[in-house]
Amino acid sequence: MTKKVIRINEATIRFAGDSGDGMQLTGTRFTEATAIVGNDLKTIPNYPSEIRAPLGTLAGVSAFQLMFGSSRVFTPGDLPDTLVAMNPAALKVHLKDLKKGGTVLANANAFSLKNLKMAGWEGNPLEDGSLEGYTVYSIEMSKLVGKALESSDLTSKGIERTKNMFALGVLFWMYNRPVEPTEAWLRKKFGKNPAIAEANITAMKTGFNYGETTEIFTTSYAVEKADLPKGKYRNITGNVAVAYGLVAAAKKAGKELFLGSYPITPASEILHTLSGLRNHAVKTFQAEDEIAGIASAIGASYAGDLACTTTSGPGMALKTEAIGLAIITELPLVIVNVQRGGPSTGMPTKMEQSDLLQAVHGRNSDAQIPVITAQDPADCFDCAFEAARVALKYMTPVILLTDGYLGQGSGPWLIPDPKSLPEIKVTHPDSSARGENGFMPYSRDENEARPWALPGTPGLEHRIGGLEKENITGMVSQDPENHQLMTDIRARKITRITQEIPPSEIFGKAKGKVLVIGWGSTHGSIHVAVDRVQAEGKSVSQLHLRWVSPFPSDLKEICDNFDEILIPEVNSGQLSLLLKADLVRPIHQLNKVRGEPFRASEIEEKINEILG
Amino acid sequence: MSETIQGIEELNLTRKDFVPGNEVRWCPGCGDYSVLANMQKTLPVMGVKKENYAFISGIGCSSRFPYYMDTYGFHSIHGRAPAIASGVKLANPDLAVWVITGDGDGFSIGGNHMIHVLRRNIDLNIMLFNNRIYGLTKGQYSPTSQLGMKTKSSPYGSIDRPFNPSAIALGANATFISRALDVDAKGLQESIKRAQRHKGAAFIEVYQNCIIFNDGEFADGESKATRPDNALFVTHGEPMIFGKEHDKGIIMKDHHPKVVTLGGDWSEKDLLVHDETNSIITNLLLEMTFDPLNPTPFGILRAIEAPTYDEMLTAQIEDVIEAKGEGTLESLFYSGDVWEVK
Repeated sequence: MTKKVIRINEATIRFAGDSGDGMQLTGTRFTEATAIVGNDLKTIPNYPSEIRAPLGTLAGVSAFQLMFGSSRVFTPGDLPDTLVAMNPAALKVHLKDLKKGGTVLANANAFSLKNLKMAGWEGNPLEDGSLEGYTVYSIEMSKLVGKALESSDLTSKGIERTKNMFALGVLFWMYNRPVEPTEAWLRKKFGKNPAIAEANITAMKTGFNYGETTEIFTTSYAVEKADLPKGKYRNITGNVAVAYGLVAAAKKAGKELFLGSYPITPASEILHTLSGLRNHAVKTFQAEDEIAGIASAIGASYAGDLACTTTSGPGMALKTEAIGLAIITELPLVIVNVQRGGPSTGMPTKMEQSDLLQAVHGRNSDAQIPVITAQDPADCFDCAFEAARVALKYMTPVILLTDGYLGQGSGPWLIPDPKSLPEIKVTHPDSSARGENGFMPYSRDENEARPWALPGTPGLEHRIGGLEKENITGMVSQDPENHQLMTDIRARKITRITQEIPPSEIFGKAKGKVLVIGWGSTHGSIHVAVDRVQAEGKSVSQLHLRWVSPFPSDLKEICDNFDEILIPEVNSGQLSLLLKADLVRPIHQLNKVRGEPFRASEIEEKINEILG
Repeated sequence: MSETIQGIEELNLTRKDFVPGNEVRWCPGCGDYSVLANMQKTLPVMGVKKENYAFISGIGCSSRFPYYMDTYGFHSIHGRAPAIASGVKLANPDLAVWVITGDGDGFSIGGNHMIHVLRRNIDLNIMLFNNRIYGLTKGQYSPTSQLGMKTKSSPYGSIDRPFNPSAIALGANATFISRALDVDAKGLQESIKRAQRHKGAAFIEVYQNCIIFNDGEFADGESKATRPDNALFVTHGEPMIFGKEHDKGIIMKDHHPKVVTLGGDWSEKDLLVHDETNSIITNLLLEMTFDPLNPTPFGILRAIEAPTYDEMLTAQIEDVIEAKGEGTLESLFYSGDVWEVK
């Protein structure tokens, strides 16, 4: 029989299974194949913080979602069109999100009485009509790979483990994706163990052929290439993009890169990535704790490296005192916080945007710091580069806020031409900077930045530290006038960074009824929501803030052109609080803290509610 | 690496080169003055350029030290000097980096950093001013204060059992441990010289008198009259002899060190011989620290050679560059699956 191919504009798929079922890997392989086909896409992983929760339990379900399309894709999708459920627990956890009329692809062999009971199903949903209204493909994946790999040298357990590749193969067929990139990847990954590589390839191809030949599948879907800007692309996660941005900034500044860091979810991949870049002369220092992570970076900065430290919320809390030290010693430093759900240990693997106030104000005393935020995985590259550039130019620590959704989610990255990246000018005074009265470590340039004199420079021996220093001379000072002056200079330096912020871009008209303001990873959901409401002819625009400290200088003027302001945030209203103080006007809030990003539909509803 | 001894004459440095213009503000009679003077006296003859010294400190009386040295200096935050100094050394391995800390800074709030910097064997020199009291906060007991000590925060006597910092250094597998008295110029200079020449993390414990809050803590050692009978100054390869008349020595008896009098039943050949490369000897000396039946040991207690973290980092970078070629941004950006939109 001939099978139909239906062209669609976009699709959202969620892979869900037990933590040990390899769902992150399966999703990542589907993503790579989709990227190569030329679709735009966004991904989001969703996994438990336990490494291996008990098999078959609801707590142990791990998922990976992606949305891909033939036009620009701004989010990993709200509700999936297709749900891959490798066991009853995965179906139980994720069925509620599946679109009406969506597709379920299940491993029927995993729906044993024991597993069903553990997941809290009374009967077998694949058979008892619970899934009415959905298209259900109940496939005996374990049994089919067992048959296909009968002659393999793998143990039965090893064979069973290839069932995720079978599911992947079925989806490759269903969405017309090539198997070759995954085939090549498997051969490379299991280079030392060809039997495993071949078994996985066989399982994947068996799945693909199963779609192609069996009669249960009548339709496959094609998603055309997206009309993306011309150039070369690769898929990138936010954490890798941060690492690359820092390496690029170091090279453009003629500096060696130093990372002092302590492992923490969901930021560790930045440490992992940079640790692998010794051939770029990257120095990574896995410190004994979060404090030593930033302290070593401050030391490296003092001695002349481009220094950075990476962490998540609890680690930021520990670094607080040292951030103050970097502020008072006016040393360049990039501090990356990949935010997660809190307070305290909170929800390590879930995203949240609730460290904004901590970043902007969370220190003893008046201690301003620039804070830049990334809007999508690829943007993490630009933000890391920009954070480093500003830190070096203004001699200040800079905080970069991303979150678990950006850090571990991925999307296509238009690879920049290294030559097109701006050079970062860094100067260090030489011996000639020593005047009649000695060297002045707190003298000021046109931006009120102090000179970065490096230990090892003859004649410029000087002392810095956490005690207040006299402006210009750098001598320890408790003088009231001087403390006022230094406090003002430190604040002015940060305010002056507004000159680095280009005029704000507004999505939609520059004047109207509702302006939706966001920061960080909510960009995509807000964009989609605003786009949909605009399509209904309604008056709504989007403003996305990249710098949240300082705010762009045109912010007030833009806001004045709108009747209402809405701020959706994955926290309880932190940007709203800052903006209310800044703009002195009421603000509509949309807040949730559920460990997951907004759905565009939630924001859309709220906009419509305000528009009345 | 710090420069070797060969360049000393050309450098032509003197003590004055290390004395800045500002006033020293420790209490009159503080043991810190002697340590500062001996540091300023010793550094000029180490063959290291003045601009290559960096002094990193934490918080406390002794941590003001960098302000009194005309070198690069960083007076940082409480307890974190070893971590900051680690970053300084890794960013520029040519520097001779000194950490100045106290018993509260280095072994209470900064205890974690201390053990890890010693374990990693980063090429730093760490000088601990142990006065067994919190001075800058005006007299509370510290983690090295003796049991029962009455202070502002222990009016009925301290119930905190104290650390023996040098023993912790040994436990952290430090490659160099020495102990000196603030009043003993010769011992201090010997420790400073050996530490500066040592490749790896060098730990110096200075017994330092706090004249205001804990005066007389080390009286037996501080006083020239009582010192010879209460302090054992060890030298590598030499028998352990002490006493005003050089007539006392240390033997092993029932697996414990024991004091004997030379002449009569005992001669030098019966005595324990110091071996700074043998951790069992170092441990034995450190066990004597709080033992009322034995003298308190001073001198270079341990010195072994081991790879340093900074050298291994540099070597690893060189090796990977040799194996993979120097990384370029092109090679980095294109390291994944790349596709083109035309």
